[in-house]
Amino acid sequence: MADKLKRTPLYDLHVELGGKMVDFVGWEMPVQYPAGIMAEHAQCRTKAALFDVSHMGQVMLVGDEVALKLESLVPAALDELRIGKARYTFFTNPDGGIIDDLIVSNAGDHLFVVVNASMRYQDVPYMRENLPSIEVIEVFDRALIAVQGPMAEDVVGTHCPEITELKFMETTLAEIDGTECRISRLGYTGEDGYEISIPEDEVDRISRLMLSHPECAPAGLGARDSLRMEAGLCLYGNDINPSTSPIEAGLKWAIQKRRQAAGGFPGADRILNELKNGPSRKLVGIKPSGRAPARAGVEIHDLNRNTVGAITSGGFGPTVSGPVAMGYVSLPFANVGTQVQLIIRGKPQPAEVCAMPFITPNYKR
Amino acid sequence: MATYYSEEHEWLMIDEDIAIIGITTHAAEQLGDIVFIEQKEPGEEFENGDEIGVIESVKAASEIYAPVDGEVVEANEVLQGNPAALNESPESDAWIYKIKLSDPAQLEGLMSLSEYKSFIA
Repeated sequence: MADKLKRTPLYDLHVELGGKMVDFVGWEMPVQYPAGIMAEHAQCRTKAALFDVSHMGQVMLVGDEVALKLESLVPAALDELRIGKARYTFFTNPDGGIIDDLIVSNAGDHLFVVVNASMRYQDVPYMRENLPSIEVIEVFDRALIAVQGPMAEDVVGTHCPEITELKFMETTLAEIDGTECRISRLGYTGEDGYEISIPEDEVDRISRLMLSHPECAPAGLGARDSLRMEAGLCLYGNDINPSTSPIEAGLKWAIQKRRQAAGGFPGADRILNELKNGPSRKLVGIKPSGRAPARAGVEIHDLNRNTVGAITSGGFGPTVSGPVAMGYVSLPFANVGTQVQLIIRGKPQPAEVCAMPFITPNYKR
Repeated sequence: MATYYSEEHEWLMIDEDIAIIGITTHAAEQLGDIVFIEQKEPGEEFENGDEIGVIESVKAASEIYAPVDGEVVEANEVLQGNPAALNESPESDAWIYKIKLSDPAQLEGLMSLSEYKSFIA
């Protein structure tokens, strides 16, 4: 590595907890702790897991009609997003592809935006260039942790009772042990839980406070990936990218009616056309029949060995207790139950197109 | 019975011209939770350095490379139903193959336990 890896304010805690540190898009992050990915995954599905996601970009957007202006870059309806609500969306390009996905929260006097670690250095200049009247403030002095799992409410609620009132995709400012944090009830695991933006000087102390709860344990990037795959959540760079449209990716639900009708975002021509006439390929769940995991790049063939698509994310699903994958297939092969073959190390392996998510999500609506 | 170790983190326990081979505890720890293994069939021949199987952990796939020339005599079929055994007892019950050595002199190119220990230190 030519560049020195960046560290989050929780680096010392990761090392102390025995985290196996790896280079993740330029950040030195724990891929797992001594418990291992399987145990950390199960911890999140059954109890509560703490993830460091401080490498992600936190951005404040300030200015008149900021929500309406941001709508020129994304297909979500943001103007009517009420204070304290969060919404998933994505930047689209003029070809109707996706150039990053993000969460936008209405924080009252500004929009609070969280973007991918791999894209923050593109997204911030992109917003500055395309939102000239908006102040784009990248937040460098706050960390971000996620507490996820069916007991996340107990873990966070012990130190901040008011957050038990939050619902899925709601956000608020609240004090945890005397420190004001932005707490949002959302995540990337398919479980109930919170993402908490914390001043960098306080995040070590607050993380330890969370981990002192008997039902909370740390989880690394490995479990984060297997959890989101089972939950059918897209990973930017794998499942969505500048050539995939939101309609192909099954993200129509994130383009609200007003935007579907009026357009006004980059690539609206292609996206609204696909909305009306259907896309030529679709992102689907793929369940290999055997035990071999099918990872990103594996070709999907029909039963006559014609290529019909490719896996974009795949691996082992600890809760499913077998391999899970997702990938794009041409439209005639996108129906649930379609039998396909995955070419794993040159050999065809049977698999079936299936509905996503692979688990039943546990969101607090 | 002598045991040898390879730079690819395999152990070989030798009984005349037969070797039982598996991965070391160090390798298993590095791989993490193992969820699948692809093994060769008995009768398949291979040369030193050939890929003779694949181990998949939750996170990634890793090839198994032959540490010597030989032929598969037996594959440990228990691993197909219980790949996690490779994490639990990689240097005993979770052996991967019994192989017939083509050239036992090749063992001289492998490491002893003490050499392997300094290799991974």
